[in-house]
Amino acid sequence: MSSNYRAMLTDGLWNNNPGLVQLLGLCPMMAVTTNVMNGLGLGLATLLSLTITNLIIALSRDFIREEIRIPVFVLIIASTVTAIQLLIQAYFHELYLVLGIFIPLIVTNCIVIGRAEAFASKNPPQYAWFDGLMMGTGFMLVLMTLGGIRELLAKGTLFADAHLMFGESARGLTISFGSDYQGLLLAALPPGAFIGLGFLVAGKNYIDQKRAERNTARLQSAKLSEST
Amino acid sequence: MIFGARTSTFITGTNHLSQLMLQVIYALVPATLVVLYFFGWGLVSNLLLSLIFALGLEASFLKLRQRPISPALQDLSITVTAWLLALALPPYAPWWLILVAMLFAVIIAKHLYGGLGYNPFNPAMVGYAAVLVSFPLQMTLWPAPLQSGFGNIDFIQALQSVFASPIPRWDAYTQATPLDHAKVNLGLGKTLAEIFQQPPFNGLGSPPIAVVNLAYLLGGLWLIYKRVISWHIPSAMLGAIAVLAGIFWLINPNQYPSPAFHLFSGATMLGAFFIATDPVTASTTLRGKLIYAAGIGGLVWVIRTWGSYPDGVAFAVLFMNMTAPLLDQYTQPRVYGKRGKR
Repeated sequence: MSSNYRAMLTDGLWNNNPGLVQLLGLCPMMAVTTNVMNGLGLGLATLLSLTITNLIIALSRDFIREEIRIPVFVLIIASTVTAIQLLIQAYFHELYLVLGIFIPLIVTNCIVIGRAEAFASKNPPQYAWFDGLMMGTGFMLVLMTLGGIRELLAKGTLFADAHLMFGESARGLTISFGSDYQGLLLAALPPGAFIGLGFLVAGKNYIDQKRAERNTARLQSAKLSEST
Repeated sequence: MIFGARTSTFITGTNHLSQLMLQVIYALVPATLVVLYFFGWGLVSNLLLSLIFALGLEASFLKLRQRPISPALQDLSITVTAWLLALALPPYAPWWLILVAMLFAVIIAKHLYGGLGYNPFNPAMVGYAAVLVSFPLQMTLWPAPLQSGFGNIDFIQALQSVFASPIPRWDAYTQATPLDHAKVNLGLGKTLAEIFQQPPFNGLGSPPIAVVNLAYLLGGLWLIYKRVISWHIPSAMLGAIAVLAGIFWLINPNQYPSPAFHLFSGATMLGAFFIATDPVTASTTLRGKLIYAAGIGGLVWVIRTWGSYPDGVAFAVLFMNMTAPLLDQYTQPRVYGKRGKR
């Protein structure tokens, strides 16, 4: 049981990360991640929708007929996202203004329907919600990392606009690196998002490759010591 | 004993990459001297910093990629990239601006795609476009020709403006470029006849930038004579600009500048002879070259006339770079001896 959860955790956060490996949900990833806080906001919204929809779909998977499953999934996802959108509009109105159209667009986010089809419709609810949580967290971490890189390069700050999410007391969270920094505007524009994501994917592959090399080296040395 | 099998043709070719690149640098000499005369230390600092950053980045990235370093540096291709960027950037550009441009040119445009010969985009223009989009303020601050030459700004002031903040009253040394000036004033509803009576034109048909363009034209013609570049790309690009500008100029000469103005302003000649002809990123078939270059020329005129930037050579070249593989695919020449289409 616990090994299942651990596999889901490593899948969602690293091995099968929706942002870096499946490359799903690129549209919000490119458009929203101009700073860390936008990434965190949209990431949380996606995470919440993923967890809830995965749970509902896993619970109802026995009653949904195979032929019409996709429309039913979309209905479930759309209602969940609408509820989340209304909640954000009510409690974090400024953030809602920033994220704008991208919250309702979570309905069409390939990650949500992808996990519903690939995982939740085939697995019991106690696994499905956890998968949603992990995939959502993995996506959110990528959004925040990309947002952080772009914000740092374009504005020379980190955690700007934190008050949109955490209230006025969070204004102090913003870290600024020198006021005479000439922002690299390109990083905030769409090309910056593509270049940044490219570097993130390359970085992940590099780490994986190094790890694989180390593992084969270890296996070989183990074999050598056995044979001698 | 082993005798190597040899085939005929024992004439040693002189078209090694380093020799080609050396000839490109020779061709840049007249323009470099003219720019040096107009902008003084501004070009010296641009050139030195560009070369230092470019060679340093190239060497360190080759080391990172575990490739031989000295052959790649000796083939001079990176030197040409640095030289072109130094001429394209505004004189007295701050050191960090040049560094960012070189980071994009050498690393993102060249080495991430696999190094020389594999890059789909012209490295110098990627670097230029990246800083143009990112730092519009610094990139539009062109010092006025002659007023910022050796006589008016000394070495210390130049150092100060490159490594610290702009020198005091820097505004006094800067001036809108002819293209920029014409664009802004056309936007204000003035006619070209009025605009050409004011500075920086003062009724003159050829402000200093036209002389710079003439110098590029001279070097470019020498390159064609030496067969380093073929005539197709420059003539198609300049022809497209001249035809488009000519048609609209005939329709309304007060709104659309003449072909001569377009041909001898901004980076037209630099682009036509030195940028668009980059053998790696241009189309390679003859018909492909004509279409590719005409596309650049047309886009340059369109961007200058209706775009938000005063000049558009960099964007036009990058845009047509994207089409080069497709053009090559569809303009393959007919194989000798084969009938009909291809």
